[in-house]
Amino acid sequence: MSEISNNIILVILVTSFATYLSRFLGVVSSEKIKETTKIFKWFNCIAYSVLAALIARMVIFPAGELAESGVFIRLFVVAVSVVIFQFTKKNLVYPTILSAILLSLLNSYL
Amino acid sequence: MINSKYFFQGFKSIKGLDSPALALGASFIAIGALLKNIGFNLEQSIFSTFLTYALPGSLVMAESFLVGASLINIFLAVWLVNTRLYPMTVSLMPLLLHKSQPRWKYYLSCHFIAVSAWLIMKSNYQSIEKKHRIDFWIGIGTGTWSIAIVSTIIGFLASDHLNKDMMIGLAIVNPVYFTCMMVGAMKSLQINLSIILGAILGPAFFFISPEWSILYGGVSAGTIAYFIGEFK
Repeated sequence: MSEISNNIILVILVTSFATYLSRFLGVVSSEKIKETTKIFKWFNCIAYSVLAALIARMVIFPAGELAESGVFIRLFVVAVSVVIFQFTKKNLVYPTILSAILLSLLNSYL
Repeated sequence: MINSKYFFQGFKSIKGLDSPALALGASFIAIGALLKNIGFNLEQSIFSTFLTYALPGSLVMAESFLVGASLINIFLAVWLVNTRLYPMTVSLMPLLLHKSQPRWKYYLSCHFIAVSAWLIMKSNYQSIEKKHRIDFWIGIGTGTWSIAIVSTIIGFLASDHLNKDMMIGLAIVNPVYFTCMMVGAMKSLQINLSIILGAILGPAFFFISPEWSILYGGVSAGTIAYFIGEFK
């Protein structure tokens, strides 16, 4: 096996370990936390707000390909998708498909 | 060992109108194409999604690999972006713990904790008897994980046919799906505040510290929301 190939496997293993670590420590902590306690409720709030922060960051300060589209176009597409989601009785298929088409079109023509 | 009735009930969550299949598929197609572009072969790309199964972590790995970062730096960057998995695990596992179930199920299935599977479990756990929730969860996890792996393969094979506008279109699907799922989860004052404040403070902290903005923003927003909810 070439050196680059070995290197890629090491990178994958290190990434997997870094990812599993938080999950593993979460299970260890969970053994002592009952779902009715205040600390559980606090972690629950943090979990939702960390996710909201992550998603907002993905839209406003994205990495990768998304960064090549305009921020107002992205915000517009997300807002339209949420409106569609609400009007289609919380159907997730329509807003996700439409968002991809809408952003591709707006990005090509604006 | 694993109750197949509940396993398949969970597995079937990848079908239907609130299925994460499309969003997950689009994101991992993009990951498959990205891994090919940075020099991974097909087996390595599959191995990466199989073992990691967390989108932001894979993106950080790809970016770090591309700039030739050391293994220690890659470890730290991925660990930092994936620390969100810790509060997600702590706020999910106590709902699934049952004394009759073996512990290995929890330590193995925590690998499936990622935004889509987590959100599906959070909105469905109450309809499942506590004893069987872990098997239901393993079903959801196996379903979403399989989609991620298959989509990585599709993305890898299709990468030459994906132009830039298509890649941008694929990249927005995941945040849109997550945003809609979060809007659907807004059912109590504490959760509503957590989500709204998190969405404001996360990007706000980006101006102070881009690397730590999600954690700083998320922890402060969640703590404020918790106290407001408790004292209301």
